[in-house]
Amino acid sequence: MSQIKLHRNTDWTKSITRDRVFDEAICELTRQEERVLDLGCGSGDLLYRLKKEKQVQELGIELDSEYVADCLARGLRVIQGDLEESIIDFDDNAFDLVILNQVMLSVPNPLDLLENGLRVGKRVVITFPNFAHWKIRLQIMLRGRLPVNKDLPYEWYETPNIRLATVDDFMNLCQQKQVKFLEKQFISQGSNGKLRPIIFRPNLRSSVALFCLANHHQNIKED
Amino acid sequence: MKQLSGFEPVAHSSLGLVTTSRITFKGDNYILELESGDTLSPVTVAYETYGRLSRNKDNAILVCHALTGDAHAAGHHTGEPGEKPGWWDLLIGPGKPLDTDRYFIICSNFLGGCKGTTGPTEINPATGKPYGLHFPFYTVKDMVKVQKWLVDYLDIEKLLAVIGGSLGGMQVLQWTISYPEVVAGALPIATTARMSPQAIAFNEVARQAIMSDPQWNFGLYEPDSQPASGLALARMIGHITYLSEEAMLKKFSRRFINGKNRGYRFEADFQVESYLHHQGSTFVNRFDANTYLYITRAMDYFDLHADYGSLKKAFSGCKSSFLVISFTSDWLFPEVCSQELVRALRMAGKNVSYCNMDSDQGHDAFLLPGNRMGEVVSGFLTRVQNEF
Repeated sequence: MSQIKLHRNTDWTKSITRDRVFDEAICELTRQEERVLDLGCGSGDLLYRLKKEKQVQELGIELDSEYVADCLARGLRVIQGDLEESIIDFDDNAFDLVILNQVMLSVPNPLDLLENGLRVGKRVVITFPNFAHWKIRLQIMLRGRLPVNKDLPYEWYETPNIRLATVDDFMNLCQQKQVKFLEKQFISQGSNGKLRPIIFRPNLRSSVALFCLANHHQNIKED
Repeated sequence: MKQLSGFEPVAHSSLGLVTTSRITFKGDNYILELESGDTLSPVTVAYETYGRLSRNKDNAILVCHALTGDAHAAGHHTGEPGEKPGWWDLLIGPGKPLDTDRYFIICSNFLGGCKGTTGPTEINPATGKPYGLHFPFYTVKDMVKVQKWLVDYLDIEKLLAVIGGSLGGMQVLQWTISYPEVVAGALPIATTARMSPQAIAFNEVARQAIMSDPQWNFGLYEPDSQPASGLALARMIGHITYLSEEAMLKKFSRRFINGKNRGYRFEADFQVESYLHHQGSTFVNRFDANTYLYITRAMDYFDLHADYGSLKKAFSGCKSSFLVISFTSDWLFPEVCSQELVRALRMAGKNVSYCNMDSDQGHDAFLLPGNRMGEVVSGFLTRVQNEF
């Protein structure tokens, strides 16, 4: 319930550029005619593109009724509801690809969401802002202030990111859970808005990260 | 479509003049076996159609009306100034979400209605008198059966969509279960899979209002001397459940009829009272008291959980794509009713979309402008048509 209130007060449009940063990459990770579940699909920009370019069988889950109406008006299949509650009902491997684009840090129980994502999806794509980016470190160290920038455009009192994580935190968790990485991509967004891929020391140098994970079922099959 | 030649539509998006047709199903092939165990024959159905059926007959949409609706869903009958258009003119017409340039729209008065389809007000061929309370009890399933006869008569094998709000939405749900092969897209709006005890309670108060009017006379009233005060009261009760507190506050506030002054009287003093009185008295002129009893009973008995063991089982054979819509301020069939539906459909592995629309208009929101239902319906229909 607290989550619903939180979302109602959040102006999601602030991070619209950041939220679209990995669309191209996610599109490339998607195969033709796959069953795709986008959790927190917003107004459906990514799903619309996947449907058009990859003819996917799409399903979005979105809490905000205005965004749901946007999606439906575009002819997308969307169910209005809470991500964490909705995902429980889906069967194992119900989807080929589950997308958690910039939503993992905004739910109360990211680990449950991740595990459920890996249960219902054969592959899970996760993107999130990296809170260990050097700019954030500097800002906290030198200014003593939490960052507000292009990647994190929210003040502390309005941010949808109620959980914070770094690239290393996340990779550590995945190792603990023995989850297989299919793909990692790191990007740093310059102050001019220019995107730069990061290869070395992503925990320090990237501002946003993408991981594509395979679920356990896939691991067994491929090992 | 029955448009008079030479008629100039008033507005660009108006359907213009339309007429109601009637078809009588009689003979041995058309003995309606009702859920109650009774039979009924012959059965006449009043219906309207708008737009043109495509050559492949793949653009037909069936519209199901609610408690007090009828076959006249859009356009005008007379074109006289001040004439109200059909009850869903908002949604149906050229360029509208139910676009008559693209789709062939069918709307019929359901079984047991009082607007041209066989019901309590029609003459019982066995006695030569109106059926009255001799009319058999009928259910939503029975209504849908008769609608199927009409769709067959129109030679349509598969409906692009079936759409309806409230009791109309119940018919939509029943369609997808009774005739899964026939319905491509299903749009149950502001509805429920089973009537709640609260909703049954309101229906019962409405029925008691009718039956305690001495004019009702155990259903044996003459058509021109209806139990007017009872029926009006029933409508007033119904109307309260169709609005929301917010909607009433916006519409009437605490305004008095005579400006700021209290009247110190029991006749209508507040504007909300005179509104309800007006709704009640105009209703008497267009609706039949016995019919109101029967239809509300049909609603009360609607329970897909009980009929099929569980909601998931009810939908297990469905083949339709669903778009479920609820409205945030609807307290008669609140959003949990729709969410329960969506969950069952999802668990049954069905193709379903759902939107809980922001609206302060209460249950009646599906009949009113000011929400995004139209564009959502339009987007869904386009998708269903692409996949048809």
